[in-house]
Amino acid sequence: MRFRLKEGGRIDRAQRLRFTFNGRSYEGYAGDTLASALIASGTHLTSRSFKYHRPRGILTAGAEEPSALVQLGEGARTEPNLRATQVELYDGLTAAGVNAWPSANCDLAAWTGRLAPLFPAGFYYKTFLWPASFWKSLYEPAIRRMAGLGRAPEAPDPDSYDKMNIHCDVLVVGGGPAGISAALAAGEAGARVMLVDDEATLGGALVGLRHRVDGVDGAAWAQAAAGRLAAMEEVRVLTRTTLFGYYDHNSLSAFERRTDHLGPGAPAGTSRQRLWNIKAGRVVLATGAHERPLVFADNDRPGILLASAAQRYLNQYAALPGERAVLFTNNDAAYEVAHDIVEAGGTVGAVVDCRPEPAAPLAPALKEAGVALHTGSAIAATHGTKRVRSVTVAKLDGDGGLSGEQYRIFCDSVLVSGGWNPAVHLFSQSAGKLTYEEARGIFLPGTATQALEVAGAANGSFGLAACLAEGAAIGARAAEAAGFGDGTPPPAPPVEAPEPGAITPYWLAPGLKPLGHGKAKHMVDHQDDVTAADIRLAAREGFRSVEHVKRYTTVGMGTDQGKTANVNGLAILADALGKTVPEVGFTTYRPPYTPVTFGALAGRDTGALMDPVRRTAMHVWHEAAGTVFEPVGQWHRPWWYPKRRDDKHAAVARECRAVREAAGILDASTLGKIDIKGPDATTLLDMVYTNAFSTLKVGRVRYGLMCGDDGMVFDDGTTARLGENHYLMTTTTGNAAHVLEWLEEWLQTEWPELKVYCTSVTEQWATVALAGPRARDVLAALAPEMALDAHSFPFMSVKEGVVAGVNARVFRISFTGELSFEINVPWSHGRRLWDALMEAGAEHGITPYGTEAMHVLRAERGFIIVGQETDGTTTPHDLGMDWIVSKKKADFLGKRAWNREDSRREDRKQLVGILTDDPKKVLPEGTQLVDKRGQPPIPMIGHVTSSYASPTLGRSIALALVKGGRARKGETIYAAPETGFLPCKITEPVFYDSEGAKRDG
Amino acid sequence: MAEAPAPRSPLAGLADALAGARADGVTLTDRSARARFNLRIDPKDVEALTAAGAILGGSLPRTPNTAATTVNGKILLWLGPDEWLVTGPAEEGAQLDDTLRGRLDGRHHALTDVSAMYATLALSGPRAREVLMKGCRLDLHPRAFKPNTCVQTALAKANVILHQTDDTPSYEITVRNSFSVYLATWLLDAMAEYRQG
Repeated sequence: MRFRLKEGGRIDRAQRLRFTFNGRSYEGYAGDTLASALIASGTHLTSRSFKYHRPRGILTAGAEEPSALVQLGEGARTEPNLRATQVELYDGLTAAGVNAWPSANCDLAAWTGRLAPLFPAGFYYKTFLWPASFWKSLYEPAIRRMAGLGRAPEAPDPDSYDKMNIHCDVLVVGGGPAGISAALAAGEAGARVMLVDDEATLGGALVGLRHRVDGVDGAAWAQAAAGRLAAMEEVRVLTRTTLFGYYDHNSLSAFERRTDHLGPGAPAGTSRQRLWNIKAGRVVLATGAHERPLVFADNDRPGILLASAAQRYLNQYAALPGERAVLFTNNDAAYEVAHDIVEAGGTVGAVVDCRPEPAAPLAPALKEAGVALHTGSAIAATHGTKRVRSVTVAKLDGDGGLSGEQYRIFCDSVLVSGGWNPAVHLFSQSAGKLTYEEARGIFLPGTATQALEVAGAANGSFGLAACLAEGAAIGARAAEAAGFGDGTPPPAPPVEAPEPGAITPYWLAPGLKPLGHGKAKHMVDHQDDVTAADIRLAAREGFRSVEHVKRYTTVGMGTDQGKTANVNGLAILADALGKTVPEVGFTTYRPPYTPVTFGALAGRDTGALMDPVRRTAMHVWHEAAGTVFEPVGQWHRPWWYPKRRDDKHAAVARECRAVREAAGILDASTLGKIDIKGPDATTLLDMVYTNAFSTLKVGRVRYGLMCGDDGMVFDDGTTARLGENHYLMTTTTGNAAHVLEWLEEWLQTEWPELKVYCTSVTEQWATVALAGPRARDVLAALAPEMALDAHSFPFMSVKEGVVAGVNARVFRISFTGELSFEINVPWSHGRRLWDALMEAGAEHGITPYGTEAMHVLRAERGFIIVGQETDGTTTPHDLGMDWIVSKKKADFLGKRAWNREDSRREDRKQLVGILTDDPKKVLPEGTQLVDKRGQPPIPMIGHVTSSYASPTLGRSIALALVKGGRARKGETIYAAPETGFLPCKITEPVFYDSEGAKRDG
Repeated sequence: MAEAPAPRSPLAGLADALAGARADGVTLTDRSARARFNLRIDPKDVEALTAAGAILGGSLPRTPNTAATTVNGKILLWLGPDEWLVTGPAEEGAQLDDTLRGRLDGRHHALTDVSAMYATLALSGPRAREVLMKGCRLDLHPRAFKPNTCVQTALAKANVILHQTDDTPSYEITVRNSFSVYLATWLLDAMAEYRQG
């Protein structure tokens, strides 16, 4: 730790931490970041650049870092592209710079830098044009290996992440002086306040400065304020938390790193990172400002960093940037950095100020301390490879060119300051408009479109006193808007801090050769390796829009979103186009402000919690039986029950045979059930179904088809009349919620006069379908008091009674063609019913069957499934179900569309059966059907909607929709080319018991 | 009517996990067994409202998103302008059904037994609010969400009826059976952070 001062700083010298960077061992202190510990050890070189593999170092001390990106940790916990400036040091930390192989110090790909003239802006677009097939196979993989940043971990993430939703009256973003005073003012007024800051401690810029607030050191004041905030019941302070997204209606998202600073592996039960969804009454953006680099020749060598960063490393971490620094600036404020370094015992070789006659208040003191002052000058070249070793300072002439007078100054660090850019990212995300201030060359928040105000440096108020006053005023106003206090801010504490002073915007320092000539690079975007010459080239090639230039050159398109690059790039573009900066405009800021892990975005929604699995009352039984489940919506329904390791085909065949020959039971609990009551219940049913229900007798059941107002089938099911004004409607599993909404929509918007209530009872009743020739015998054992013969309990009727000791409703309906009872008991007795049926049915060979067998059985019998035989463009007529469309009813939903000529065109796709000539071939569902063999394209005449190997028939069967199919029965058609033009016959869509002889057993 | 055998909770499979669900400052309990009726009455039909109120021992709440506990120990949850969920002890279900039906006979209404349709989970303790905040977008702060607030909302990925019963705070979360195992698993997971040891 050669460059660590003997004393001072805000680090804990009692806690020494060991870490490894790029394979070398280092030491640091608790309170260090990875960047500060490296600088204290004299290491500035961290990584290689994205495109040219130029040696790169630490440019900043915060979230805006474009260059010192590291790969942190190893194995499953490795994380790419973290900013070394924000990685808090812990004992045992290991990291390496990104984009360098084998290491940043000895990078084998650095030859790309020497070929730089070959890689201008738009290089990829211009070079890798053809052949097109080479892009995927050759160019892209090769470029990705060479360029790109860190590596994503390959093993599953061992850590857990979660989310928190929170509301507040006032959200303060940024814990610097403006944010703290806003939070204090709003909190003291009694409002619910959240203060979010991305650093480990509150204080913002104060922790890197020697300014004093209220008579004490600024950082100490911030600590005390943090204590006051913590003591307020309704104030919540989140540190290590980045507010990264500002969305509509004051919805914002923040990313909290809860345990990263402790090292890998969070304490048990604690999420490593947490995503906060915040809904704020009002927002105070106190997001501060980022210092702007100056653009000069080879301004990206390690050792060249922002002046304010050097100041923070010095004052917060007690680390000098090097032996001898040179400051290059266009403003008065930066003189303070040189002054702090000199005060701390460091050496500043020279201050280079591009302004001809600066009047920085600190200049005399620096001169007195022996610092050379070069005014009206710029750095025209830097020298050194892996570290800057010297700079060439040149006098500027009146036109911004070089006058010819030059000096070589030896140094190992260059501190640059081009002024400050307000951090308007979140303001811009909130859809606020930016305005440009010519005098300081900065974008400022303009008109806000949401309930927010901007305080402090983010608002262009760079002085400490102004920050505190503005924060307090806005905080108090925000609280008042939420109904707390009278908007009077608390008095601002006195400060001892210099005023920001004068600045002259300066965008591009000339090099020794004209821009773009020679090897020197004026780096604008350190992360994407975009130079001033690239931007000029884009302008010369005809790019005018800033959005196009951004995409063409990639300026500002890195993970840092150009926090240090954008304004410089824009000004250089404006100059090249001969326009003003506001005329060129500004690119859009988008979330996230800094990258967010996928883990945090996923939260707990992974694995078993990814999506709810809806379970029936018998689910545990199915699981124990080794059932293979089929997802139907969110339900998991038994698909088939493998036995003795038989495969799907064998299991389904066994289950089908059991139903046709003995008895089977199906868990049908997932069917939608709607209880409909009221004097107008019948009227409602007559309107929503195509057929009539007014003629249905109490105790009887009727199948119904529901159409949308477009006349297309959207649901079907049976409805039982339980009383004069009381029905139970069933719906398909997937449509249960939709049908209830459909009924409510009509009742609430079109027919409010109807006296009828619809209540979902889907999960009140567990339902078991008991089907097969022995079904009556099985049920008789469990319902001794219920008359089950076909006369007392006819097909399509309902009975209430006791089954397995429980009050039950039994429906005699059938979806298999066999004798069938659908037994409904309260959900809490569903498992009891199932167990009782299995026991009572044992002697009859009862077999549980799943949805696959159910599908086969109903297809054999020619029953449609909505959503399989229909696709939203299928009419009852298409299905051959004219019989279910009432000719007598005055009106029903879909009637108008039904009467359209087009709805009954005979060349519409109609439901037919399909039998392959080869009975062993099972057509894939979705297979296209054609009239004749041949070379595609061939007109398609239909498609297969359902297709199975039928165990009952001992051959394959299929249902299909075929154009004008009903008139073509007996004709041969062909299955699409993928199946080799299999010949098939069009048949009736019923393959089994077309007379319905089996339904009574 | 048969003498009903003991009903089985939809959360029976999680009984062990729920029994051990003790975290620092928050508890989770299965309270599924109870009588529940969905009651629809036209709010303009004052006589019907009065008749129902007389049986229930208290007025059906008319303020949106509120609940009321009656002198008869019934909890009445507002679900909509003309819809309530009436709950009470499981053993009182049949009698409540009969008496309510009797009193409302002849007036347009719908009384639907949904006793077996839901699971109810009780979440209680100083940390309960924070557990819910992990999966609920509503403002649960005591200034905005008080005892007897009752809302229909999403908790994690399940639709629930969320009813705050006291200012411990305690909540009753009523969820359809089919989502109950998912939701209880989610809640146990969200509580894990506060589990000691």
